[in-house]
Amino acid sequence: MAAPVFPKGYNIKKRRSQALAFGMFRILSISIVLILFAILGFIIYKGAGVLDWDFLTEAPSDGMTAGGIMPAIVGTLLLMAGSAAVAFPVGIMSGIYMNEYASKTGWTVRFIRLMTNNLSGVPSIVFGLFGMALFVKYLGFGDSILAGSLTLGLLSLPLVIRTTEEALKDIPDGIREGSLALGATRLQTIWKVVLPMGMPRIITGLILSLGRVSGETAPILFTCAAYFFPQLPTSVFDQCMALPYHLYVISTSGTDIEAQQPIAYGTALVLIIIVLIINILAGMLRKWFERRLKIK
Amino acid sequence: MEKIEARDVNFYYGDFHALKGITMDIPQNKVVAFIGPSGCGKSTFLRLFNRMNDLIPGARLDGKILIDGQDIYAPGTQVDELRKNVGMVFQRPNPFPKSIFENVAYGLKVNGIRDKKFIARRVEESLRGAALWNEVKDKLDASAYALSGGQQQRLCIARAMAVSPSVLLMDEPASALDPISTAKIEELICELRSQVTIVIVTHNMQQASRVSDMTAFFYMGEMVEYDDTRVIFTNPSKEATQNYITGRFG
Repeated sequence: MAAPVFPKGYNIKKRRSQALAFGMFRILSISIVLILFAILGFIIYKGAGVLDWDFLTEAPSDGMTAGGIMPAIVGTLLLMAGSAAVAFPVGIMSGIYMNEYASKTGWTVRFIRLMTNNLSGVPSIVFGLFGMALFVKYLGFGDSILAGSLTLGLLSLPLVIRTTEEALKDIPDGIREGSLALGATRLQTIWKVVLPMGMPRIITGLILSLGRVSGETAPILFTCAAYFFPQLPTSVFDQCMALPYHLYVISTSGTDIEAQQPIAYGTALVLIIIVLIINILAGMLRKWFERRLKIK
Repeated sequence: MEKIEARDVNFYYGDFHALKGITMDIPQNKVVAFIGPSGCGKSTFLRLFNRMNDLIPGARLDGKILIDGQDIYAPGTQVDELRKNVGMVFQRPNPFPKSIFENVAYGLKVNGIRDKKFIARRVEESLRGAALWNEVKDKLDASAYALSGGQQQRLCIARAMAVSPSVLLMDEPASALDPISTAKIEELICELRSQVTIVIVTHNMQQASRVSDMTAFFYMGEMVEYDDTRVIFTNPSKEATQNYITGRFG
């Protein structure tokens, strides 16, 4: 009788490695989630106490040991809107140019891609310095919402360009050809077919960039953020307070740590809630686009 | 009367010589089939008629292609005008992620038609023309993606016919479809021949013999033989053609 091809117990080892590997993957995934929940729970635990209507609608008072954080909330929302106004149009149009117009193998695209990749690796404090030199000093905007928005816009530009490009890259060429073959121009094809198809994914990129912008401190340090500016800004040339900077200020140079610590946690909690709300809104917007596209 | 005239067409992808000195006439309101093994250049040739190869970097054309006597590669040619007149149906159904109605209306809209009543009428005519109306008339607002593959391909035919082209290019239109859907597409081709000149690339020789008036056999970038379909399939003059249609091809 011929020897069996597979010896007895041949499959024990591979099954054991399988179980071991998946066990590890599972434990690691769960622990990541647990850590996230721990951070979130800690901030809610510490910050929820101060969170009430007055905290959200009043300016800080008594040397920032009492009162609310309303100017910082408004400031952060303004900076997010301002940076979006800068980065979204420019970033989306660059992404379209890179994927739809420019020759894929040409040096222009490779150069732009290299630059955007490098740009996204630049530390945000460097953006802050650059923003100060260009917008605050050279263009004379002063420490202002305008200068801060432009700086934050530049910071989020690489991410917006990149996600737009990736979103459009995944759309099959057959769809483009179908449109061109009907006598549509390339612009019509992009505007009516390609861009709507890419929109759900582009939106995801935009939201990620907004989330990043909302939490950045370094870029607005020298370009916009005010230590204490209790009234609301009246023009784009005003300074404003911002949540991350406010958090930094009262945690590092406070006068009364005991009184200020709850405010710091409350501020952190508000920041997290803002990002959360924006993520939810983005999800709804994405769903809406998908429904309108009738992909499903 | 000749609808399309190709004059000594040579086409290159970079250094690769894809089409070698092809000259042929395609008569008006006929169905002409291009057959040949994969990579023989038949699709490349087809895509020259609506300048779809313009998009390929490093591609180059020598020779002339005339449609209705006009050199379509002459400087100053309006490519969008050309493509409106020379419709195309692709191998894979490629409906837009829009409603059934919007898919058919798309070509009218991008060419500047705004009259809603006219568009609605034209959409219905085109869907009827593509034998799809009865299946979709109650769900014109539904996604085109909800249709089966065969229905999607007929939608693409309706979409192409909506802008009333005078030539319809079909690049293996049934190769991704089941036999019943294929039969429907073939029926459609036979009905559309009164309105348009049809050029169809196919791997399926039965299909070529069923639907076409004339057949061209391509091999290695050359057009080996071009004649009445009956002649090609019963009494070809070239040995290579004979070998290919009898499946003895090496």
